[in-house]
Amino acid sequence: MESVDQLLQLIPYYDLLPEIIRAMMPAFVGCVIILAGLLLTILLLVWFERKVSAHIQDRLGPMEVGGWHGWAQTLADGLKLLLKEDIVLDTTDRTLFKMAPFIVFIGAFAAFVVLPFGASSIISDLNIGILYILALGSLAVVGIIMAGWASNNKYSLYGGMRAAAQIISYEIPAAIAIMTVIIPVGSLSMVEIVNAQQGGIQNWFIFRYPPLIFLAFVIYFIASLAEVNRTPFDIPEAESELVAGYHTEYTGIRFAIFFIAEYANMFMVAAVITTLFLGGWTSVGPTDSQVIPGPIVFYIKAVVLILAQMWIRWSLPRLRVDQLMYLSWKVLLPFSFALVLGVGWLAVYA
Amino acid sequence: MEVQYSGDVMTLNMGPQHPSTHGVLRLELKTDGEIVADAKPHIGYLHRCFEKHCENVDYPGVVPFTDRLDYCAAMNQELGYVLAVEKLMGIKINDRVRYLRVIMAELGRIASHLIAAGTYGNDIGTFTPFWWCFRDRETILDFFEETCGARLLYNYNWIGGLMHDVKPDFGKRVIEFIDYFEPQVDNLNKILSDNYIFIKRTANVGILKPEVAVSYGVTGPNLRGSGVAFDVRKDEPYLGYEEFDFDIAVGKGDYGPVGSCWDRYMVRIREVKECCKIIRQAVAKLPPGDVRETVPKRVKPPKGDVYMRTEAPRGELGYYIVSDGSPKPYRLKVKSPCFTAMSAFREVSRGVMIADLIAILGSFDIVLGEIDR
Amino acid sequence: MVEYFRDIWLGTITILKSMWVAFKHLFTRSVTMQYPRVKSTAEWTMPERARMKLFNKIEDCIGCSQCARACPTECITVKAEKRGKEEPEVFTSNGTAMKMRTYIYDIDMTLCCYCGLCTFSCPTECLVMTGDYEYSVYDKNDHIFHFAKDKPLTPKAIEELAKANA
Repeated sequence: MESVDQLLQLIPYYDLLPEIIRAMMPAFVGCVIILAGLLLTILLLVWFERKVSAHIQDRLGPMEVGGWHGWAQTLADGLKLLLKEDIVLDTTDRTLFKMAPFIVFIGAFAAFVVLPFGASSIISDLNIGILYILALGSLAVVGIIMAGWASNNKYSLYGGMRAAAQIISYEIPAAIAIMTVIIPVGSLSMVEIVNAQQGGIQNWFIFRYPPLIFLAFVIYFIASLAEVNRTPFDIPEAESELVAGYHTEYTGIRFAIFFIAEYANMFMVAAVITTLFLGGWTSVGPTDSQVIPGPIVFYIKAVVLILAQMWIRWSLPRLRVDQLMYLSWKVLLPFSFALVLGVGWLAVYA
Repeated sequence: MEVQYSGDVMTLNMGPQHPSTHGVLRLELKTDGEIVADAKPHIGYLHRCFEKHCENVDYPGVVPFTDRLDYCAAMNQELGYVLAVEKLMGIKINDRVRYLRVIMAELGRIASHLIAAGTYGNDIGTFTPFWWCFRDRETILDFFEETCGARLLYNYNWIGGLMHDVKPDFGKRVIEFIDYFEPQVDNLNKILSDNYIFIKRTANVGILKPEVAVSYGVTGPNLRGSGVAFDVRKDEPYLGYEEFDFDIAVGKGDYGPVGSCWDRYMVRIREVKECCKIIRQAVAKLPPGDVRETVPKRVKPPKGDVYMRTEAPRGELGYYIVSDGSPKPYRLKVKSPCFTAMSAFREVSRGVMIADLIAILGSFDIVLGEIDR
Repeated sequence: MVEYFRDIWLGTITILKSMWVAFKHLFTRSVTMQYPRVKSTAEWTMPERARMKLFNKIEDCIGCSQCARACPTECITVKAEKRGKEEPEVFTSNGTAMKMRTYIYDIDMTLCCYCGLCTFSCPTECLVMTGDYEYSVYDKNDHIFHFAKDKPLTPKAIEELAKANA
């Protein structure tokens, strides 16, 4: 953030702006940078998903648009969605209908302000960082229910309710798995969590108190797949088996916002996992002699996790709704309780 | 037994245009919340007046139309018809034709079961096995294309013989393919059949009890999945199937009650392995000869009627032909195996959740072309 | 209780196996052939027996209309008149004398079911199925291929041809 401050000082007449504007400017610039970076990343991720899925299925994927392996395919798809007719039906609740995609997007995007991309590259080092991220997950649920309700379509409502139930049920094991990491750190701040993992790969939380925190990592990974509505938990999207999903009535750019929100969520969840379990921006060797800059290491780790998410999507079938609920409440929750007890006991007595 | 429904019963339509109904099938569902009270199938969206049309075309010209009944397994559809006409006319085919017909029929069976497995995976939500199944199916279709010129609708089995002879190294290449293919079936088992999520979704739903299956007249893998070991190739052998050594794949209820969707699906996968066995034996015994030796110049069967049953990939396919001595059939009737499966589907889908309905429909492996004709 | 843990164990193992099988496929070669840039590869070319567009070498056609009779969908229209005794004799390439003059020979490929029965019934083998599959058109009538070149001489035939061409 110091570099952003220095950049801002270069603007002529910057000191003439009121105090309150000058206080918010660094954060605002940071957010713009992150939004731009996020949109570029999503472009890359959508293309990457199509290529990964194609190669797993022995096909080639996009090859035409843009020349080399179709890298501009997402741009072309986004442009197509922009040019589509924007249909807002009379029977829908217009305000809620128009607001819903943005609320879902905000739930995904607003979590980026507390993610530590580097040693000093964080927009806001909230001392309740991880709690803030968990809370934003619940905000997305509000957006989904809004989308289902405002569509005035009983199948959309049905799909929206199911998606909401899924996300809410999986937040609990996720939060409890995160507690296993918070116990050794002692603070909810994301920067503190990364600082507690400095010093090399053996200090990453995934290798501490083995295998307890590793199991917590697995539980959080599974719960986060459900948060993002990815297979095997993609009931909201695959509702088109019989009834429609919550975003059926959305066309064009509104649908694109939902789509972008899903991939932003994917990246956000991968970023949270790297911060909590995989050492964040710290590299494999000792931190003070880190050669590759922090943000690059962070990004690479997040992309590896996203590759794992995509790999899971393309190899597993879908769970039925009641099996999904069974998994969350009867499998993940008891195990995460046990892990918290184990890590807590070890932290106090060992 | 009267089922008491609590609350309102909602009528839902799973319309003819639907990605999961394997064709144009309309299901009228009466649901009580999540549970299906009744699923009434409405067919006829693909009716093309096949049986009437055949009365206006001469006997060899009917063969391209039988292809189009169950377009996923066209070789077996043609086979049933030409065997019926040959039975009516009393034509004796030579051994080369016989073994080649067996090889083609079994290759067609593999191709059809690959479609069934792949699309079933699609319905359950895993999109990868579909592509792997189709990649292997492409090799089979390449064999068909180099032999008769077409990939899907062959017109290869002619009355009294075959359209073309196979290329000289056909047998060797078929064995190479089978050697490559059998480990791929194990791969498919690892990603789909033994996958826990797939088992959870299919092994306890759609239980078709053996007595119910027999009373509805269900045949083929749907019947064998319920534990009844009945196969027309063993019961009333044709084309010399009695000299081949193969087992009937039967559902044993590995992961749930016998007769579940998983059993029906697994019977198809096990049958693919049996087909590979048969193909190996047939290629080893293939004698030289002329495939068009016994093709009659004009097909004019004597007056009479004939019923011929064969084991198509989807069940027992029957052709009933009435001839009045002219070059065109007087009446042609097809007994379609998928039609009886649709009737049993209604019985099986009472009291299941909507999400399971797709799984059950996929496990019956219907092709609307055959149901509607 | 034991079942609960057994289920979890089985679930984990089978899911990991499926994932491993899928992962290996990331490194196998794709089987896609990028049509239309690539129409044949070293592994696959169009077989010679491929049944695509029909072609009739009209110089060898003797106008017997066996093909029209064999076709199950009646897509071939053949109209021929007898050649007069005073006209010079015309032969096909394999020496058969052509007794008829074919003035209408139309194949409607929109009706054709690509069964190939017509090609087997042709006595001079002038009707073949080529391997040409790229013949999409914008107007359905462009799929009616006219092969006949001779002009008829009898007045009835001339009238028929004029009506057909109208």
